[in-house]
Amino acid sequence: MSDIAIRVENLGKQYRIGALQKNGGHYTYKSLRDSIASAASAPFRAARALMGRDGSQANHDEDTIWALKDVSFDVKHGDIVGVIGRNGAGKSTLLKILSRITEPTTGHIEIRGRVGSLLEVGTGFHPELTGRDNVYLNGSILGMKNAEIAKNFDAIVAFAEVEKFIDTPVKHYSSGMYLRLAFAVAAHLQTEILLVDEVLAVGDAAFQRKCLGKMSEVASEGRTVFLVSHNLAAVENLCASALWISSGRVTAQGSCSTVLSGYIQDSRGQDGRSNGLEQMRRSGNGRVKVTGCWFEDENGCMIQRAKSGEPVIVAIEFQAAPNTRNVDVGVSLSSLWDQMLFVHYSSYVGQYFSDLPARGVFRCVLVQQPLSPGDYQVGVRIVENASEADWPRGSVATLEIVQSDFYGTGHAGFSGQALLLLDSRWTLGNVTSSFHNMRS
Amino acid sequence: MKSNSTDAAVAIQVDKSLIPLTVIDPSSGWVALKLGELWEYRELLYFLTWREIKVRYKQTALGAAWAIIQPLFTMLVFSLFFGRLAKVPSDGIPYPLFTLAGLIPWTFFSNGLTQSSNSLVSSANLISKVYFPRLTIPLSAVLSGVVDFAISFILLVGMMAFYRQAPPLRCLYLPAFFFMAFVTALGVGLWLSALNVEYRDVRYTVPFLTQFWMFATPIAYPSSMLHGIWRTLYGLNPMVGVVEGFRWALLGTNTAPGPMIAVSSIASVLILVGGVFYFRRMEKTFADVV
Repeated sequence: MSDIAIRVENLGKQYRIGALQKNGGHYTYKSLRDSIASAASAPFRAARALMGRDGSQANHDEDTIWALKDVSFDVKHGDIVGVIGRNGAGKSTLLKILSRITEPTTGHIEIRGRVGSLLEVGTGFHPELTGRDNVYLNGSILGMKNAEIAKNFDAIVAFAEVEKFIDTPVKHYSSGMYLRLAFAVAAHLQTEILLVDEVLAVGDAAFQRKCLGKMSEVASEGRTVFLVSHNLAAVENLCASALWISSGRVTAQGSCSTVLSGYIQDSRGQDGRSNGLEQMRRSGNGRVKVTGCWFEDENGCMIQRAKSGEPVIVAIEFQAAPNTRNVDVGVSLSSLWDQMLFVHYSSYVGQYFSDLPARGVFRCVLVQQPLSPGDYQVGVRIVENASEADWPRGSVATLEIVQSDFYGTGHAGFSGQALLLLDSRWTLGNVTSSFHNMRS
Repeated sequence: MKSNSTDAAVAIQVDKSLIPLTVIDPSSGWVALKLGELWEYRELLYFLTWREIKVRYKQTALGAAWAIIQPLFTMLVFSLFFGRLAKVPSDGIPYPLFTLAGLIPWTFFSNGLTQSSNSLVSSANLISKVYFPRLTIPLSAVLSGVVDFAISFILLVGMMAFYRQAPPLRCLYLPAFFFMAFVTALGVGLWLSALNVEYRDVRYTVPFLTQFWMFATPIAYPSSMLHGIWRTLYGLNPMVGVVEGFRWALLGTNTAPGPMIAVSSIASVLILVGGVFYFRRMEKTFADVV
């Protein structure tokens, strides 16, 4: 009992749809006029609405959604817990409740230890203030004491590598320096419990590596970390246990690998064909639009799995406006951990398409794909005349690769987590000959 | 890389008694004020106030001189139109000094009111990302105005010297009247800032409100134009008590604390207490709505 850091019992959070839409974060403001208008018909209710309305929640059940419902779990001291789930599943809401930013509607939470929450880096930074001022301001907003900030000040500045500019207003910082300084303050937050939300998703690759390094350092210090992330690779890497939330409920909780594989299984979809293209967030002018995506073998039969090394055809169904010019189709393949393996545009091999039919299918033959067994997801982007026509953000199809005799030797190959297979030739030589070859 | 932390976990358990326990439960109805928590976050209050002050006159050519320019020009305009042309009485005090003694606390009040009513909305990103007692935000907005008040007070002292008006001993009461202005500004600011989170109409109402309120306050004219019970009722506007108190303490007008100022102080305290309770009640919805 005493080693429990966070105990959550029957947690529920209800939102009025009028005030906050679940996914996009679109807000509609109530205007006083609306309240006054309803006051004319029901003065008492409107007065109540003006004063906080909380007694009357049960009355408008149809206008509300439960962002979280019946959520219960325990986190032990020293646990690193990854929270995974789709967009809008309630992960961020859970984090906001644990951080006390917003109140739960039902349930009970006990947290033992000082809580630090990092929902964003650089909260409260003011562009007109110097780096030094912002460190103190941001530190105190995150809940550090003045003495604590002063003690860590040099370490923060050194970590951010902005010594020279510490007395320059941060509006003159490059975005990289700004982020480094913001993260440096957050990284020196020394609370027993850390609640972290996607902080890792900002900055360039070098910065993200630095953040990940700091996170694993924090993890090894025995502090309790509650990490919400879409980056499954980071979760897998850092966390020992995981919590999977979907539609506001806990779907699974337990060891990281078990929960993650369940989550991946679920997100794969039933038949490998594109699912949810319509609901996907997408950008582009829409002159050419992806309407479906699947895989075929060399005979044109639709397939859901292929062997390593076997040619695979990616079929991209589209609809197009008349008179399209210079259409360039791009296909990407990434692992289920969102690690990008390759991006391939038709223009790379010198191919553009013009005058597309109203409906049609692009086919891209991946000659000798070198994928190791596992599941892969496909991304598609279409460019027409150098401007983006359509880019659905997310996986439009999944492909399962099964083991084969890739090398033609009967050897299955490396069984670890390498994603690619490569055929190769080996020779044996002596030291002098290789030296000689390098010179020539 | 995986969590492996038995040592540290044990270390944490050893001084378990020191570990703070946070309990989160849904609240309903009117909630406790938790002013103790506000005290715990006094450093944050200090930093937020300090940020407001530091940032206020950044990238302005005249800087803190703005704190003087505002009441100075209002005084000139009032002296010309109300003093010279309309011949408004001024309790025997030179009109410019008479109106300035009202304008100085008024400017503090109206700026504090405007700043604090917008404070929550303009700190929306703080509110939706970090937890801290939300009261610190409007409070720091009003507090930061104290510096401007101090600067503009120099103008008042200068004017008094110009008119050879020595301050009477009772100017020692001045801080009490200033405190009353502070309490009123904060009280109204709390009401408006909490309302502003849900009803953006407040943003458009505040300029009108301060304008009307200014003419409902004896700045351009003396409250001695009213008599008897009406004068006492006039005190329901707390700024009446503040302005007349300032004049009494500094210029020696015969507006000594009486029923009118008593009504004003009660009104200002009621506005603040009501504002704090209303603010605390609405506080839990801020992050969802702002």
